[in-house]
Formats: sequence, C-alpha cells, structure tokens
Amino acid sequence: MSEQLVTIEIDGREVKAKAGAMLIDVADEAGIHIPRFCYHKKLSVSANCRMCLVEVEKVPRPLPACATPVNDGMKVKTQSPLAVTAQQGTMEFLLINHPLDCPICDQGGECELQDVAVGYGSDVCRYVEGKRVVADKNIGPLVATDLTRCIQCTRCVRFGAEIAGVRELGATGRGEHMQIGTYIEKSVDSELSGNIIDVCPVGSLTSKPFRFRARAWELVQRDAVAPHDSMGSNVHLHLRNGEIMRVVPKENEAVNECWLSDRDRYSYQGIYSEDRLTKPLVKKDGEWQEVDWKEALEAAANGLKAAAGGDGDQLAALVSPNSTQEEIWLAKKLLQGMGSDNIDYRLRQGDFRPGQPDRPWLGMAIAELEELDAVLIIGANPRQDQPLLGHRLRKAAMKGATITYINPLQLVLNYRSSQWVTTPAGMLEELAAVGKGLNLRRGIIAQTKAEDRHKALAASLKEAGKAAVLLGPMALAHPDASMIWGLADAVAESSGATLGLLPEAANSTGAGMICEAENNGKVRELLENPRKGYLLCNLEPSLDLHDPALAGKAFDKAEFVVALSAFRGDSLDAAADVQLPLATFGETSGTFVNAAGDWQSFAGAAKPLGEARPGWKILRVLGNVLEISGFDQDDCGQVLAEIEESLAGRKPENKVKVDVNEERWMPAEGMARIGDVPIYAADPLVRRASALQETVHHVEAAVRINAETAKGLGLEEGGQALVSQGDGQATLPVVIDETVPANCARVQSALAGTEKLGAAFGAVTLTKA
Amino acid sequence: MLKTMRDYIKSLFLLELFKGMKLTGYYLFTKEFTVQYPEERAPMSPRFRGLHAQRRYENGEERCIACKLCEAVCPAQAITIEAEPREDGSRRTTRYDIDLFKCIFCGYCQESCPVDAIVETRVYEYTRDPSNRVIDKEELLKIGDKYEAQISADIAAQAKHR
Repeated sequence: MSEQLVTIEIDGREVKAKAGAMLIDVADEAGIHIPRFCYHKKLSVSANCRMCLVEVEKVPRPLPACATPVNDGMKVKTQSPLAVTAQQGTMEFLLINHPLDCPICDQGGECELQDVAVGYGSDVCRYVEGKRVVADKNIGPLVATDLTRCIQCTRCVRFGAEIAGVRELGATGRGEHMQIGTYIEKSVDSELSGNIIDVCPVGSLTSKPFRFRARAWELVQRDAVAPHDSMGSNVHLHLRNGEIMRVVPKENEAVNECWLSDRDRYSYQGIYSEDRLTKPLVKKDGEWQEVDWKEALEAAANGLKAAAGGDGDQLAALVSPNSTQEEIWLAKKLLQGMGSDNIDYRLRQGDFRPGQPDRPWLGMAIAELEELDAVLIIGANPRQDQPLLGHRLRKAAMKGATITYINPLQLVLNYRSSQWVTTPAGMLEELAAVGKGLNLRRGIIAQTKAEDRHKALAASLKEAGKAAVLLGPMALAHPDASMIWGLADAVAESSGATLGLLPEAANSTGAGMICEAENNGKVRELLENPRKGYLLCNLEPSLDLHDPALAGKAFDKAEFVVALSAFRGDSLDAAADVQLPLATFGETSGTFVNAAGDWQSFAGAAKPLGEARPGWKILRVLGNVLEISGFDQDDCGQVLAEIEESLAGRKPENKVKVDVNEERWMPAEGMARIGDVPIYAADPLVRRASALQETVHHVEAAVRINAETAKGLGLEEGGQALVSQGDGQATLPVVIDETVPANCARVQSALAGTEKLGAAFGAVTLTKA
Repeated sequence: MLKTMRDYIKSLFLLELFKGMKLTGYYLFTKEFTVQYPEERAPMSPRFRGLHAQRRYENGEERCIACKLCEAVCPAQAITIEAEPREDGSRRTTRYDIDLFKCIFCGYCQESCPVDAIVETRVYEYTRDPSNRVIDKEELLKIGDKYEAQISADIAAQAKHR
C-alpha cells in the first residue's frame, strides 16, 4: 500500500509520490517551498503553527500541507490567493506576540521567522495592544532561553519526547498563555539537549556558550568530523577571524542524521582553555622552558635516539585513539624507522591476551543499528559513550527490538530494555549462560546454568531477523576482555547474530587498522616492562590510561618521554621531557574512521593557537630531524594516500580466536572496582570544555556503592573512604548509588583524584578513612 | 573684412577690460560671501556627518546593544565589534572600534542603528595621527556625552523625515 505511487499536481507541476506521504514532504522533494514552523522531518506532525496552509482543489478551505496525505489526482496550489492570504494571516497572528527584538536576538540573521516574515509578513502591525511576556527559565549551562520569543511550535517538546527520549520540556497552559517549560525547576539534562537549539525556528532557545558572541553573517562555515565518540558525526564549524565560535551538525543521514551530541557540540570551548599548550617546552634541570620549534625538535630527536641506544625495542609510542589516521601512521613509521614496532592505541583496554580481533569495528553500518530486532550489549553505556549510537539503538527499541544489557551498572535508559546488572566477574557468567541457552558446551559455558531469561534471550537472538551482539568500552576495559570476546563470538556465531564493538573514540577503528594490535606493542606490556623512550600522542597519562599508577611508574623510569599534546597538565608535566604543542580538533586536517569503518577526511579550519602545529606535521618534521626516509609528504592527502596504499583495501573485521576456557583474571570474590569513563571526561579536549563541565553530568572522583555494601563496610553518604588498589591509594568521598551492584565500588576513571589508583576494573579494597 | 574692423575697434577702446571691471564693480557693492573661518562658521545641516559618537540613555546606560548591523552595513569595513553578555546578562559590546582612516562618512552606521547609539556629529575639526587611527568605545562615548544636547536636537529635527 505504502509503496503505491500516485500522481499529484503542485503549482501546475506533475509530481509522483508515495500514497499516504504528507504533502509537505512531496513538495520538499520536488523543490517547491512551503513555509513552515512546527513541521520538522524527523519529528511527529503536530500541525499547530498553520503556516503551511495551501489550497487543494475541491476543498473549500486551505489545508495544512504537513498533515495532509497525498491522494491520486490531487491538485495543490501553494501560491494561489487563498493560500497566500491564509499564510499571510497566520504570519500576522504569529507576529502579534513575537517581540521586535531581532537586533539583540542571537537567531537574528538565521531565523526562520525572520525569513518567512520577509515573504509573508506585512510591514505595518495592526496590533497595538500589549504583547505577551514570558519569564525566562534557567534550563542549564548549555541552552539559553528567551521564551517571550516562542511561537509555540512545540518542536522542542516533541524533540524531547521522540528523539532525546526524555520528556524534559513541556507546554503548559493554552492559547496565548501556553508556555514552554520544565514543569518544575530543573535543567534539561539530556545528552542530546543542544539539538533543541537547532530545531527551534526562532531565538527562543539559543546556545549559551555562544550567546551574543557573533552574528550569523560574520561566520565562515567549514566542514569537519567530530573528535570524540566513534560515530564520526559530521559537523559544521562556524569560525570568526579564524576562531571557532560554535559547532553545529552537518546533515548526514548515514551517520548522525541531523543531530549532534552535546559533547561534540560544545567541546570546542576546550580549544581555547587557559592551559592550552602554545609553545614547545623542554625540561632543563627539572624546569620547563619555552623554546623554539627547532630546538624542541632537536631535543626530542636526540633524546629518543639516546634512549634507544641502538635498540629499537627500547622505544614505544602510545597514541590516543582520538588521533587522526595520519598522526598514527606517521608515529608508527617514525618508530619503525628507529627499529621499533611498539605502538598501541588501546589505552583503556584491560586485557591483551591473544585471539581478540585486531581490527575491531561495529560490524555493520550505523544506520543498520536501528533495523536490528534483537541486541545483546555487553559492558556499554551507549547514551554516555556514543550518544548518537545510543539514539539509533533507541530507534530500534521503539520499533520493537528486544535489547538486553549485561553491565556492571544499572543504566538510566530512555527505552524499554532488559538490564542484567551483575559484578564485573558475573558478566562472564551471564554471557556464558546465554551461550548455554544456545546449547553450547565449550569452556566455561559448560559450567554455567541457563535460566529462563537466558534461554529466552538465546531464542530471541536466534529467531530475530537481524540480531547483534555488541561489546562496549566497559567490556574492553574488563580484565577478562578476551573471554568476553570469546563468549560473545560463540553466542553470536551460534545464534546467527552479528558480532560488533561500540568503539570508544573517534578513530578507534582506524587506529586498529594501522596498529595491527596483534603484531605490535601492547599497552600493558609496554608499561609493565618500562621502555627507555616513549612517544605520547594526545593523551594525559593520569587520565587517559587504563592503569594510571602503572603508567606513572613506567614514565618515571623512562629516560626520555616526548609528548605531543594540545594541553598542559600536571601528569604530563611530570612524565614528559619535551612537550610539543599539538593542534586540536578544528585546527588540524586528517581522517577519522568511525565505528562502521567509514573513512571521513577533513581539512583544518581554525588557526592553530600560538605555535601549535598539526600532529602530522610535527611527526613529519621529527622524522626529518631523525633522518628517517619516507618523511617528505607535503600535505595530509599524501599521508592518507600512503596509508591507503599500505592497507591495500584491508577492512576491519571482528575475527575472534579465543578459547573460552582461559584463566580468569577478574577475581570472583571480594570488592571489584568499576572504572567506567564519565561522558564529559573522555578525552583532554572535553575535560576542558567549560560549559559541559558545569552540567549535571560533570562528576568529581568518588566511591559509589550501594547502601547494602556501604552498611557492611560501615561507610555512609558524605563520609570518606580509603580506596586501595595495588600500591595505590586514594581517599574519596562516599556516594550511595543504587545503580551499582553489591560488592562493587564504582570509582570512575579519567577523573582527578584517581591518578594513584590502578586498573579501571580490578580488585579494590575499601576502608573507612 | 567687417569682422576684422570690429575686433580692431573693440581692442582699441579696451571694451573687454571694462566688461570685467563692471563685474568687479558689481561685487564691490553687494553683500560679501566669505566666511571668516575660524571666527565665523558656515551654516550646517542637522544631517551633517562628522566625527562619530556613541550615545547613552538618560540614566547613563550606553545605548549600543551589539547588534552589529553597523558593522555589517559599513561599506568601508571600518567598524570592528566584539560582544559578549555583560555581568547582568545584557547584550553589550566589549570592543567597538571605528577606523577613522577607513571611514568614508557615509552615515550608513547611523541609518542602520536600531537604537540611535552610533551617530555622526557636527564635529569636523579634529586631527588624528596615522598611529592613532582607531577611535574606541570609550572615546566614542566621551564624544557622545560632550555633544549630547546637539545630537539629540539634530535627531529630533530630522525625526519626521525618517
């Protein structure tokens, strides 16, 4: 029925359309513009603004195009006197209560109401009575409100209900007294909240960090790819005088649709934070001194050469998975030129036993996620780790998919799902039991007992048209990550589901393809047996590594550490001997490979701050100084061509060769640490984005335990607990959190105060401090 | 032949000279035009476009709201504005510079201003060093304070024509 084509006529043009499609969609496709405010292609139709009224032949009154399905033979006029009069009338009504404050409105110059008023508004207002005034509400540090300007289209309300999945905004009152608000005083906390700025057709909801800082017409637009999660969201950078003023989504139906997560939208503030490294630094007699590039590069080259002492194995490179393909490639080449293969990007991985896929990825295109019928997700919190991937999963759930989580935490989700919350060690049992439900007998699967829920899940994975088993960052950080891979692979294989990974960082998938994890260095080994020289790229040792205590010791023992970093930080100051200022997101060109294996290149848009330089240039010149051959690329494209040639069409793949009967490293007894990464602490850039750090998602280091565990330990909310992990200790405040399973302590990683602790997941002891 | 005769007589009796002397004699006895600048001043239109000024409201609050329309309309790109929320949350400029060497005194900035903040005054007697070509917000406000009476009278005088 819905595939049936009908022919209609719009403004005398014959247009073919699917029967039942809305008139406004058909007109949009044909390139015929109908003015609208409340209609948005990704939101439900509410037809309350009445701006899209058009004349349909044989209908005595004008009809709203957004809520009128097309019929065969329909004749539509969008410019007839009836339609235009109706639209002009609507416009006049809308302008009655809209203030004439365009000069101080941030939307001025890019306002839908302004644009439409040029076409349909009158130059004289007949309304002389007082206008409506609505008090502004503080809905958090990201979105500024000017509710007097609201034209009551309810796009923001529908966005909250339908896309963000949190009904945080609502409309109270009716008619002229209708107001948008949060019902009770609270902020809008969704991880996608910034999108209400884009959907708002007027200046009612605007960006708070961008407030009053620039006008639409003075901004230059450049394309880029978001640098945080593995979505690789397409963005537009808006620049003024070479400075990034704001980031807005670029529509790409295959990736981020027309949305953007708050992390990608507001992280640009970090670029201009105070502790940005703008000059090369060299440590001389324990003191940091600003030097010029030549001296810094020579110091770096000589230091690395001396540290290696002819033995390449004494050198290692740790690169952040947020680095571009070009940076990772040149770092690898640099090391190879010095006789070393020790390069790795899996900074937060907890287990490096062989058999894990060396080029892991999502296993499918991003858009395919929403077509899944059954999904098993292990050790992930997509709403936090990859907000827009989480949105795709939500779409699948809304279409009726059964989604099951096996996590060491109860997640706050915005769709129906089953959550099996258990201890980190227990995650393996749960997963094994699902395997048992599929009648598997291998390894530890044989020792577990499948309950009804396991059998039901096994059956649903098997029967689903499209099913997937997805691993998340918490699964990779697990000390038994290889076992989880093995079990997940077994479950996926026998149920016919796709095995996939929800990678944490912008270029995790690409880094995997270059680093060839199986053959090259492994972070844990490189730190446990300290090398003499290290090259660190775009990371802070105390916050971006799985085991900061181990890393601290390794860098202390190292003779020479070169850090390419965009920011200064205490841990880097302590670890490094030379710091080279790195250009950040927006300033550097490069390529990211997202979770689905899409290669997305982008050009540098903003001027690098101070003397900062793009990573690929720094490494390229460092290669020259070290007199290694093959470092004469003139631009990023040449590096990319080199990478593509060397990879020779190699694709990411989730090939697992793990025997599921290996020794388990996560102790089943005793207190276990859960060290997930908070949403706004994931990388050096977002940690410095000031507005994001003011949101409710900003967390300080703490010990989160449930009430029962706390009682057993004699701890209480607000008290202090001494957390001991290996040799490391930290005194942290206690927070009672019922989302944490019994006998577990959620001590999140990547937070100041946790530097001295060990692995993100592992045994830990708590005592009252 | 006849023309040559006429020219000869004209030059003999210095006819052209007396014609000129007649005009000189006429102006000798009519009213003088010359204005004895600087003791005397020529009359000025209220629309005169001289040195810029920024105005304040009566309560001392600066008028400019950083809408940047003047910056956008300026054909010489002489205006540079930077803005951010002031402490009380209102929209204000943190920088408002006019490059007087770029400015062509077209008056578009005044025309575009929705709050009559930027105006061009009747002041035309000023000098500026090339090293000091930019007039900033503080200075503009000072000029505005000094000539406010004249500025508001001029604006009132043209109000009905705008």
